[in-house]
Amino acid sequence: MYLVFSLIMFFIGGSMAMIIRAELFQPGLQFVDPQFYNSMVTVHALVMIFGAVMPAGVGLANWMIPIMIGAPDMALPRMNNMSFWIMPFAFALLLSTLFMDGGGPAGGWTMYPPLVLQTGKAFPFLIFAVHFLGISSIMGAINIIATVFNMRAPGMTLMRMPLFVWTWVITAFLLIASLPVLAGAVTMLLTDKYFGTSFFSAAGGGDPVLFQHIFWFFGHPEVYILALPAFGIISQIIPTFARKPLFGYASMVYATASIAILSFFVWAHHMFTVGLPINGELFFMYATMLIAVPTGVKVFNWIATMWKGAMTFEAPMLFALAFVVLFTIGGFSGLMLGITPVDFQYHDTYFVVAHFHYVLLTGAIFALMASAYYWLPKWTGNMYDEKLGKIHFWASAISANVLFFPQHFLGLAGMPRRIPDYSVQFADFNMISSLGGFAYGISQLLFVYIVVKCVLGGKKATGQVWDGARGLEWTLSSPPPYHSFSKPPKVTKALMEY
Amino acid sequence: MFLKKSMIRFLTKFSVVFASLFLLSSNLALAAWGLNMTQGVTPISQDVYNMHMTSLYVVTIIGILVFSVMFWSIFQHRKSKGVKPAKFSHSTTVEIIWTLIPFAIIVALAIPATKLLARMDDTSKSEITIKATGYQWKWKYDYIDEDITIYSNLAADSVDASQKNSGIDPKTADNYLRNTDTALVLPVGKKIRIMTTASDVIHAWWVPDLGWKRDAIPGFINDNWTVINKEGVYRGQCAEICGKGHGYMPIVVKAVPEKEYTAWVQETKVALNSKQDSGDKVLSMDDLKSKGAAVFKANCQACHQANGQGIKGVFPAIDGSPLANLKENIPAHIHQVIYGKGIMPAFGEQLSDTDIASVITFTRNNWGNKTGDIIQPKDVLASRKK
Repeated sequence: MYLVFSLIMFFIGGSMAMIIRAELFQPGLQFVDPQFYNSMVTVHALVMIFGAVMPAGVGLANWMIPIMIGAPDMALPRMNNMSFWIMPFAFALLLSTLFMDGGGPAGGWTMYPPLVLQTGKAFPFLIFAVHFLGISSIMGAINIIATVFNMRAPGMTLMRMPLFVWTWVITAFLLIASLPVLAGAVTMLLTDKYFGTSFFSAAGGGDPVLFQHIFWFFGHPEVYILALPAFGIISQIIPTFARKPLFGYASMVYATASIAILSFFVWAHHMFTVGLPINGELFFMYATMLIAVPTGVKVFNWIATMWKGAMTFEAPMLFALAFVVLFTIGGFSGLMLGITPVDFQYHDTYFVVAHFHYVLLTGAIFALMASAYYWLPKWTGNMYDEKLGKIHFWASAISANVLFFPQHFLGLAGMPRRIPDYSVQFADFNMISSLGGFAYGISQLLFVYIVVKCVLGGKKATGQVWDGARGLEWTLSSPPPYHSFSKPPKVTKALMEY
Repeated sequence: MFLKKSMIRFLTKFSVVFASLFLLSSNLALAAWGLNMTQGVTPISQDVYNMHMTSLYVVTIIGILVFSVMFWSIFQHRKSKGVKPAKFSHSTTVEIIWTLIPFAIIVALAIPATKLLARMDDTSKSEITIKATGYQWKWKYDYIDEDITIYSNLAADSVDASQKNSGIDPKTADNYLRNTDTALVLPVGKKIRIMTTASDVIHAWWVPDLGWKRDAIPGFINDNWTVINKEGVYRGQCAEICGKGHGYMPIVVKAVPEKEYTAWVQETKVALNSKQDSGDKVLSMDDLKSKGAAVFKANCQACHQANGQGIKGVFPAIDGSPLANLKENIPAHIHQVIYGKGIMPAFGEQLSDTDIASVITFTRNNWGNKTGDIIQPKDVLASRKK
């Protein structure tokens, strides 16, 4: 359910991205008004973050965590049900604003006041949609924590849990800690607009920058809410196809936890240009650069896992390898952005756009694609079409780079983000980027075809599916029975090892 | 040695391709393609550029090393070559080493960055002070010591070409979307303090050649400085989303020798003074309408649209509105333009009496509005005095 929903949202958000790239294909205004363009930029981000990547992560967690830890199902099924059904209504609220007078929210997904307070009738819909999505995610997170801490099979000690489970437990804590902060911030916006408060209005003694502090206190952990499950997925897939245990399991767990903790101390690197005192800027610069260390440890561990393995390159492995390279490139630009004095040039340009799309699209979404191919045979009992899967991979990997790599150059050359039209010196790279965008959009249709074909039939999969796979999920039949483990299995050290 | 010839060849090729891509992006920055950050025209922008290049070199070298190991492994340790997987799963020594090395690298980067940041922060001993105020969607510049205030709008040819399906090739507009009607004129070689603030929403003042951008926040003043070393025209634009016209509020800085700057200050003062005493002139309908059309394009069109219809739900229509049609609403109409209403800014301090009179006459006698009303500068002056 979650996964189908997030795939639908992926295509809704994707079609907005297509509108954006179509408008930016050439200088001059051809298709949409600037106001509508801004609302596309805003809603694309909200749909992709809250509608595509987060539900996909929760969906994988709901399906795989019980199987991976030897439980019959999630701990709190009713809560799970509610957490899911809130989302279609939340997105109905959000997307309906596009058809209202004054159009959808157009102040950017970051909702900075005072601009966001100029939103027309869409404003309360935006706020309540964000509230509902927050509630839904918090319930999902509670469920995951309850499941993992109460329902592990005998012998499944914490330090034997698959890394995907570990990263999700940490993510769940991030969700619970950060989403209420967002809820507080948007509620303050609501009262500022309708009830005469002035939390964020300087004229009333408030501070517009306060919102940015609160928002990014949520916003930066949110980045890792999207990225940590992806780290978990990659840590499952690489050992499977390298036929070798994950290198440095314990340091992986510690690195994940330290990234999560550090993520609460770096929020102001999104706002270096607001005029912070120099000591504040230095603190956030140091903390931000520090995150490169545990992230680097993870990348080194993945490569050490490949080292001297016996690798094969099925679609999940291809996506996982592309993830390692492209996410690392996104990490490099992240390190550059973290250096405050230079960020004064990079900030709010296409360099930033390129950076977070490398981290989120070729990072988080590539990991989700990898996980889909990895577990599809387990879910459906049928093998997917490997040849088409490989075509999908190469098409996605090449077009995503054509799409986003030139945006680094655009940003360095001085093109700000969130503009519907640009000076003619930016024309060439924008055209290349748009062509990459269209190619990427079209190649994702192939993914839908592959999934549907796999669900309908295909070569029967064995329980083991991949010969290098280890862990409880592969001891079950494909597809697994309705209640995965009705009798808790006995987990021994040997089961998880090579 | 287990290094095979083919592997060495592959690695060499790989590094050559990578390095040449990288060199392309740094040294051969072709002007037309704008691959890299500008070196700029101030001491700070040069330092920022150097810091940028240092960090780019560092991450590129790390990238080449890490990805070479990875691709080496991908090509050597594959099942199709018949290798047997090794069994090792951790090595504390190695893990400690590759935690410490990145840490050392970031410390090495952080030291020069800290020094540079401290230099950028020091606005003391400035000789000229400018206050840049962001409006939806234009910039106002106050020369604090000279008592000069100028407004800087998007140039008219860019406005025309940027209309949806205008049919005008953007290449024909002079510096499309990066040109203004009035430039910020500054002398070279002087330390200039630029304060940024805003009147409505958050904007950001950014000229890449000066090496920084800074948010302009309503109710707050941010302090910055620059010394421009080279004469020339430097262009930038607003960098923080500020609504519909975000892409249409460029910044043009014209750096001139000090003598020329002093002359410009005198001229501008004289010109601004002559603008103020327009109150007693009486103008014809045609004069008012043609002047009003230009004022409308520069100040009103972004919200109320060229057809006067506004945008439903956000910006009200002028065409057919009671305010712009009923005789008894003339004073209210003048009042609203001078003092603003809701999110509509107050134009009283930006526009002269003649400008306001002509734009009101224009809007009352254009599109479907056919009131025949003529508003004279003295009517505006009278409203101001109330």
